[in-house]
Amino acid sequence: MSEMRRVTAICNGTVIDHIPAGHALQVIRMLRIDINRSNPVSLVMNVPSDKMGRKDLLKIEDLELNQEELDRLALISPNASVAIIRNYGVAEKRVVELAEELVNVARCTFTNCITQNDREPLPQKLRVVSREPMEIRCYYCGKVQTMTDIVDNIL
Amino acid sequence: MSDVVTMDDLSNEEILSILDDSKRLIPVASGEVHLPLLEGKVLANMFYENSTRTRMSFETAMKRLGGSVLNFTSVGTSVAKGETLYDTMQMVDGYADIAVIRHPRQGAAQYSADAVDIPILNAGDGAGNHPTQTMLDLFTIMEAHGKIEGLNVVLVGDLRYGRTVHSLSHALIRFGAKLTLVSPETLSMPEEIVRDLRSSGAEISESSDLSSSIPDADVIYMTRIQKERFPDEDEYAKVAGIYTLGSKDMHGAKEGMIVMHPLPRVGELHPSLDSTPHARYFQQAFNGVPTRMALLCRGLGVTIPKEVK
Repeated sequence: MSEMRRVTAICNGTVIDHIPAGHALQVIRMLRIDINRSNPVSLVMNVPSDKMGRKDLLKIEDLELNQEELDRLALISPNASVAIIRNYGVAEKRVVELAEELVNVARCTFTNCITQNDREPLPQKLRVVSREPMEIRCYYCGKVQTMTDIVDNIL
Repeated sequence: MSDVVTMDDLSNEEILSILDDSKRLIPVASGEVHLPLLEGKVLANMFYENSTRTRMSFETAMKRLGGSVLNFTSVGTSVAKGETLYDTMQMVDGYADIAVIRHPRQGAAQYSADAVDIPILNAGDGAGNHPTQTMLDLFTIMEAHGKIEGLNVVLVGDLRYGRTVHSLSHALIRFGAKLTLVSPETLSMPEEIVRDLRSSGAEISESSDLSSSIPDADVIYMTRIQKERFPDEDEYAKVAGIYTLGSKDMHGAKEGMIVMHPLPRVGELHPSLDSTPHARYFQQAFNGVPTRMALLCRGLGVTIPKEVK
């Protein structure tokens, strides 16, 4: 738990542990956390981990992420452990689950996909075709979306 | 759901049943038997992209079965004013009982299917899928060989942008055919499709040489190098005319080998081939009528009688 001492304990909020090393910034983007917001976010990157070798960790104060928001991060951090903190104690533990369909998480990158027209009103949908290895395709056009594509096109 | 967007929307049993229905519908398709199964039904033919055979064969199929057709093109309609596909499809939902859609953008058919309640048949979405073409292709192969399993099928030409070969390859693998993919490197089958095909245990070989594939072939499926899908003209010029077949190329071929083509052809099939017993492309184009009749009936929940007289 040596990495826990790198940042102070939070009173209320969400702690996301076991993020793959170097991916914490992507998680912040994926969770749509506004970096200009007033409540503090502590970010720890590349710290040693028994389980993962190295890992990242995020502490978001005064914000309890709901399941839908957490499931978004399953894409880049499927084994993350999440704790909801209330009054310095772990009030709830949550598991991140990768849904079959990711609705309005990221825009399809294929330039000729029907969803490229911003005025089309139906939601952006990505489909998880395989988990090991992870393969994600646009539900409409079927084109494979890489993790870089997804992170760059988060909605 | 009765939508047909990709071949995955049809099980193998359904495919065989549709092919069986199509066979019984041949006398209706050729106008010898009057069978108004779809009387009072309206088909919306939504063509946002050029078409000759697909559009006409759907129209013939609907009319031969007693139904009527609304023809739509993106020229001269509200699409030119910037109407979204979603909005246009809402109108169609109210005007027709079933819709066929061809659109230059990939995913447009799935999008339409999600936007409306009426059944949607994908008649080609960009370089995506063209499942109704696949049905008539399978029908043509079955008509010639009586089976699909174990056949050597050579897919030739533009495998990258060619939606007919994307849908067809999936279906052929499901029925146990062996595939040879012949294309220039720049037009090879998209990686995700090859991966899908291989993961389902398919026997696939890839080559850029057509002539060496002819002797073992049971079916040669030629495609046009599609100028309209190339981002730049120089790239097109490099590969245009790379594969051609004429009667002289048929010498080493198996007796029962058939040459198919979704048409239009621009030079890849020499007219000298037309009079050989190998040529099947015009028959293949006719087969669009009975197969699309069967697909329209399926979409509208109409059962085709066991005996068509």
